[in-house]
Amino acid sequence: MGSQVHGTQHFDQAKRAEIKFSDAAMATVQEMITRYPAGKQKSALLPVLHIAQAEFGGWLSPETMDYVASVLHIKPIEVFEVASFYSMYNLKPVGKCTFEVCQTSSCWLNGAEDIVRYIEKKLNIKVGETTKDGMFTLKVAECLGSCGTAPMLQCGASFHENLTFEKVDNLIEKYKNENRLKSYTDLDYQNTL
Amino acid sequence: MGKKLLIHNDHVPNIHTYEVYRAHGGYASVEKALKTMTPDQITDEVKKSGLRGRGGAGFPTGLKWSFLAKPEGVERYLVCNADESEPGTFKDRYLMERHPHALVEGMITSSYALGAKTCYIYIRGEYFYVSRILETAIKEAYAAGMLGKNILGTDYSLDMYVQVGGGAYICGEETALLESLEGKRGNPRIKPPFPAVAGLWGCPTVVNNVETIAAVVPIVNMGGEEYAKIGVGKSTGTKLISASGHINKPGVYEIELGITVEDFIYSEEYCGGIRNGKKMKAVVAGGSSVPILPTDLILKTAKGEPRLMTYESLGDGGFQTGTMLGSGGFIVMDEDTSIVKNLYTFTRFYHHESCGQCSPCREGTGWMEKILQKFISGTANESDVDLLWDIQSKIEGKTICPLGEAAAWPVAAAIRHFKQEFIDVAKKKEFKDVKHYFRLNNLVETA
Ligand SMILES: Cc1cc2nc3c(=O)[nH]c(=O)nc-3n(C[C@H](O)[C@H](O)[C@H](O)COP(=O)(O)O)c2cc1C
Ligand code: SF4
Ligand code: FES
Repeated sequence: MGSQVHGTQHFDQAKRAEIKFSDAAMATVQEMITRYPAGKQKSALLPVLHIAQAEFGGWLSPETMDYVASVLHIKPIEVFEVASFYSMYNLKPVGKCTFEVCQTSSCWLNGAEDIVRYIEKKLNIKVGETTKDGMFTLKVAECLGSCGTAPMLQCGASFHENLTFEKVDNLIEKYKNENRLKSYTDLDYQNTL
Repeated sequence: MGKKLLIHNDHVPNIHTYEVYRAHGGYASVEKALKTMTPDQITDEVKKSGLRGRGGAGFPTGLKWSFLAKPEGVERYLVCNADESEPGTFKDRYLMERHPHALVEGMITSSYALGAKTCYIYIRGEYFYVSRILETAIKEAYAAGMLGKNILGTDYSLDMYVQVGGGAYICGEETALLESLEGKRGNPRIKPPFPAVAGLWGCPTVVNNVETIAAVVPIVNMGGEEYAKIGVGKSTGTKLISASGHINKPGVYEIELGITVEDFIYSEEYCGGIRNGKKMKAVVAGGSSVPILPTDLILKTAKGEPRLMTYESLGDGGFQTGTMLGSGGFIVMDEDTSIVKNLYTFTRFYHHESCGQCSPCREGTGWMEKILQKFISGTANESDVDLLWDIQSKIEGKTICPLGEAAAWPVAAAIRHFKQEFIDVAKKKEFKDVKHYFRLNNLVETA
């Protein structure tokens, strides 16, 4: 079974046995499957992967993907194919808070590059890296639909817009204090549109 | 003040709730459609309105609906394209975030017209919080009897679901979107067959943009002919424009199609002019895919006529001297902007987002990004300008989906209108200190 997942990570049978959705997550998953015609439960794969990523540490291990495949009655390779295609799924561990700084045109015109450099310096990591304490990962992203409130970064479900160095400082401070996984459902969004 | 039909109630507190939306005339189109009109009558009104798809391509919506195959005993679907990932575009987000019921109402009326019993809103995963707003609105609509079984006591029943994506621009392309909705990689399909014949799970499907579907509401309420009176020529109605870049007032504006570009950029009602008293250098008028135009050509056509915010006027002169209205992602650049570097951000974007099925797109976008990287790291030669031109010219028309073209057009236009700047950069070897970053999804190592 395990050898069917061709990820970059080792497959651990013992870890796989431990993976199970919480009752609440499982209920959501079951409800999602009813949104599609009978036999088309694979359609729920993308949302279910988001839930899995939030439940199991912020990334999709081969064991997690194998588990998702079993829940949706599809092949593990079908899960890996999808997980490796879309940019929101992490196939390697990340920090509790992942900062995704938009670097496309409108954000670049408004100083996104300076924001990236500032965070790199402040957290003492480069883009693509995670801080030693496992708290922050820094990534760059392409246009996130906040071009009018640029520069911006996304963390969890929240968009932090019209960024300044000071705002970045406050964000880092706040998240350090909260000290928990910011999954894609995690929202402390301030409406600025 | 121009006429507003989509976000006219922007100032009303709590307009995102069912109660307030309904009290301000919301869901009138559902009542009118279900109780007094046949599905075909609605399609006729949409045809008469002249409404054109607001997702970018501008295809007449009524015509698209009339192509929908209706074989007996086969489900049909309406799918709303809320993937909105074209750089510079954030109007659908605005509409969904502030006026979620406008989309829900439009989805109900449109589904009725198409004979769909189930409809989906596919929204980009990064907009997760917006999906929550939509789900709340849908729940409210069910509770009020606007969704579910026997809507408003008629024999029409409809279910509506929101599906979140996983982060991929290509899923905005309608066939890639359908693949994604089926739980697969977002690889565009070869057409034909078109979704109108074989779409979601092989069933006849209409895919429409958020704003297109929301526009069906005023069309049904006021009648297609009245709607067609707004605008100029074949550009009827109103359009949401998301304006960003070096302007005083970035944001989302609903305009009547037909105002001048100059008015849009400089009037206080809209962008409020260029920031910090600078001069304007260039504009990308319809999202990153459309050709960039220098100031003189965006304000006036090559014939010297004032450029209007319409499909036709922005397109005047073809790609030699014109551009496209596209998705309405309006990016303004001031005199200090490097066109070369802005282009680099676009090209990197397309390379990152290419699904990889076609070699001209997969390889071409990568090569173009590499060459542009040479420019911004100060190692390009003058001959690289020609090389860049050569590569872009070999993509158009040779790919499965239009992403290839969307990647080629901005390169062509930047060189066409700003060639000297590329040469200067190559000669002076500017930008030596500029760093650039790559999105390292799935490559993130724990330090
Ligand atoms: C690469 C690519 C990305 C696209 N992205 C979007 C998008 O984010 N939103 C959208 O509505 N249409 C997008 N489109 C256009 C759709 O394919 C389709 O034409 C549109 O959803 C039809 O709806 P409309 O007729 O209402 O505009 C995209 C097309 C391509 C080729
Ligand atoms: S043109 Fe590009 S994005 Fe479109 S199908 Fe081909 S490779 Fe994929
Ligand atoms: S360019 Fe950064 S959000 Fe659009």
